[in-house]
Amino acid sequence: MPRFEYAPAPESRAVVDIASSYGLFIDGEFVESASGGSLKTINPATEESLADVAVADESDVDRAVRAARRAQEKVWGPMPGAERAKYLFRIARLLAERSREFAVLEVLDNGKPIREARDVDVPTAAAHFFYYAGWADKLDHAGFGPSPRPHGVAGQVIPWNFPLLMLAWKIAPALATGNTVVLKPAETTPLTALLFADLLRQAELPPGVVNIVTGAGATGAAVVAHPGVDKVAFTGSTAVGKRIAKEIAGTRKHATLELGGKAANIVFDDAPIDQAIEGIVNGIFFNQGQVCCAGSRLLVQESVAEEVVERLKARLGTLRVGDPMDKNTDVGAINSAAQLARITDLTKAGEEEGAVRWTADCALPEQGFWFAPTVFTDVSAAHRIAREEIFGPVLSVLTFRTPAEAVAKANNTPYGLSAGIWTEKGSRILSMADKLRAGVVWANTFNRFDPTSPFGGYKESGYGREGGRHGLASYLIEGSTR
Amino acid sequence: MPDATRLGAMTSTVTTPSSESAHGPHPADRTGAQVAADAAAVIGTADLSEAGLRRFLQGLPGVDRVGADGRAAQLGTRSIKTSAKAWALDLTISMIDLTTLEGADTAGKVRSLVAKARTPEPGDATCPRPAAVCVYGDMVTVARDAIGTSGINVAAVATAFPSGRAGREVRLADTRDAVAAGADEIDMVIDRGAFLSGHYRKVYDDIVAVREVCHEADRPAHLKVILETGELATYDNVRRASWLAMLAGADFIKTSTGKVSPAATLPVTVIMLEAVRDFLATTGVQIGVKPAGGIRTAKDAIKYLVAVNEVAGEAWLDPDYFRFGASSLLNDVLLQRQKLATGAYSGPDYVTID
Repeated sequence: MPRFEYAPAPESRAVVDIASSYGLFIDGEFVESASGGSLKTINPATEESLADVAVADESDVDRAVRAARRAQEKVWGPMPGAERAKYLFRIARLLAERSREFAVLEVLDNGKPIREARDVDVPTAAAHFFYYAGWADKLDHAGFGPSPRPHGVAGQVIPWNFPLLMLAWKIAPALATGNTVVLKPAETTPLTALLFADLLRQAELPPGVVNIVTGAGATGAAVVAHPGVDKVAFTGSTAVGKRIAKEIAGTRKHATLELGGKAANIVFDDAPIDQAIEGIVNGIFFNQGQVCCAGSRLLVQESVAEEVVERLKARLGTLRVGDPMDKNTDVGAINSAAQLARITDLTKAGEEEGAVRWTADCALPEQGFWFAPTVFTDVSAAHRIAREEIFGPVLSVLTFRTPAEAVAKANNTPYGLSAGIWTEKGSRILSMADKLRAGVVWANTFNRFDPTSPFGGYKESGYGREGGRHGLASYLIEGSTR
Repeated sequence: MPDATRLGAMTSTVTTPSSESAHGPHPADRTGAQVAADAAAVIGTADLSEAGLRRFLQGLPGVDRVGADGRAAQLGTRSIKTSAKAWALDLTISMIDLTTLEGADTAGKVRSLVAKARTPEPGDATCPRPAAVCVYGDMVTVARDAIGTSGINVAAVATAFPSGRAGREVRLADTRDAVAAGADEIDMVIDRGAFLSGHYRKVYDDIVAVREVCHEADRPAHLKVILETGELATYDNVRRASWLAMLAGADFIKTSTGKVSPAATLPVTVIMLEAVRDFLATTGVQIGVKPAGGIRTAKDAIKYLVAVNEVAGEAWLDPDYFRFGASSLLNDVLLQRQKLATGAYSGPDYVTID
């Protein structure tokens, strides 16, 4: 029988220059950290070291916040919205122009497949800047009262799963509304943020409007705790989110928290089955499942459960796992050894608690951090793998009999970020969406992101919205007729 | 069993189609009774009445258009390079039904087409040959004589192609004519009017009757059933028509006549590939798929092969089970093939016109 072997189709890494070391981006310049400390960032697919990146301590964060304050009061705050928009449009255009560079660097630093970085991360990031650029001169008419005001300095801490896209989600609305920014990228994925700093210089953004301080958890904590920060925006784990909420309680700081999730992807027996299979795959194996809104709990109606699982396994057999730089790779590397350990630990717990494990038959590379796509069946709502966020390519399959049971099971989680509904019946989509306690409900699709659509959670998935007109609210103090 | 050289015979080394080992019996070898038994097994009852067919077809899972388009677009982003591309180009050639379906067709034109099929790349014996030439029924004799013993099949469009708007007897006579003239394959059209007005049994009976005529020959002519998806309006209808044609005994389901726009599209072909995949799982019978019309470049053809590979599976990467209905595709593939061999693009003057 013939075999269609796809020859290697690697994207060239020559499009991007990685420096051997990076400083902090403060007040428009790359500067050394006060302590001289640094950390190494590695390529998770090969474990090769990519660069040394400075670690900012409290004094560096202080410098950054002061620069941001100066820029906010002297330049960015007073600047007319139409002028701010020009900078944002320029950033968006430059991102689009340099998209290959950003995509390749994202792959090297994060481990995600180039197909996703190229087709999702970078274009969506550029789209976010385009979208919020359009709002910058229309804030008086956006429904936030007359002349709504920016908070001032926004301290932003972002995760490693979509480094550039989360940066765009944070920076674009902050700048459009007249805030300035101190941003802390994730410890394991700082490089695209630093390349973005280079892009900001190319765009001639005034110094201090965006400052980027790299480092680990302590640096993030310093950003959140700094008294000069007016607004905190955080995307990451629920545990850290709770710490931040406690830390800023009783201060003047406002916060937007976008935390974990354990989304239910609900498949009814009248679903468009082939598209639902694609949606399940996209829901949990997109970005190796390292997505806060991942559809990690598949709730499938009993009458079609067997068929859906069988088709799903057949489909997973065609997923291509391996070199993230290969244009034909579907599933790349796990971002870090620590994350791999967590995934391994939780899947072990799944087996111990009696769920039935199935793992796609695929050869994994020797070097790097890898986890083959895995499906657990016979999962009950009490199992850890049905309750805890795994943040990896692991799907838990549960079944239901009636729509009411589906709603009850879907909502039976401390999280409430997203959910999916698969049915050809429009009225059922509407009635389910009303009852699901999730910030984002997708119908007959999953993991779709658009800058015009607000995104955010219920319950322990956080509060505040990013994207759309709602995303402006997080960065504005409503105006009143004084 | 048909002899192994009958369908998709070629000089290529890329595939050795075998109708025995890998795929089980060819669908064309089923008797009418076996086809009816398979249909009853799929529907779950021997009730093949209009109501029974409607219940089954309208009970098939729906197709979400946005999702189906998205899946096809994603398959289209596969990057097929170097050795994989060379393999895919040769496979593409071996799957082409080289086609001329013009009112202005002449015997000379058909002989020229056959000559092109026999020697797609003069001076390169490793170049595979197309699977078949596809002509109107009155040109079958001309094509048959020109083909000689080269092993290329003659496919004839029949049943009042392309509209199908004629009485059953006329449609059957058209088919009988082509089969008697020596057509190895018959490309029939369904009555889209009957399908759209819900007269599924009429469509079913038409196909069964045409199949019977195909089997009047010593070696049964293989039956390709053209759904004309451009006129079916919805992806749900594409899925239903695919199943209806398979239930009635199609050996191949084919997208289009090439006379209606849109002709073949990747999403429609993906839906048909899903249908044959599911039909095999239910009945053990492997039906072929033929997108036709609008596939003009090697790049497009490779996207289709990727879809075949990832949706239906490797078993369909075989001219017995997948064909391209095309006229200009062959020359683009030959140009790409030259590029791979020599490292430089030649030009339209370096491939022969048919």
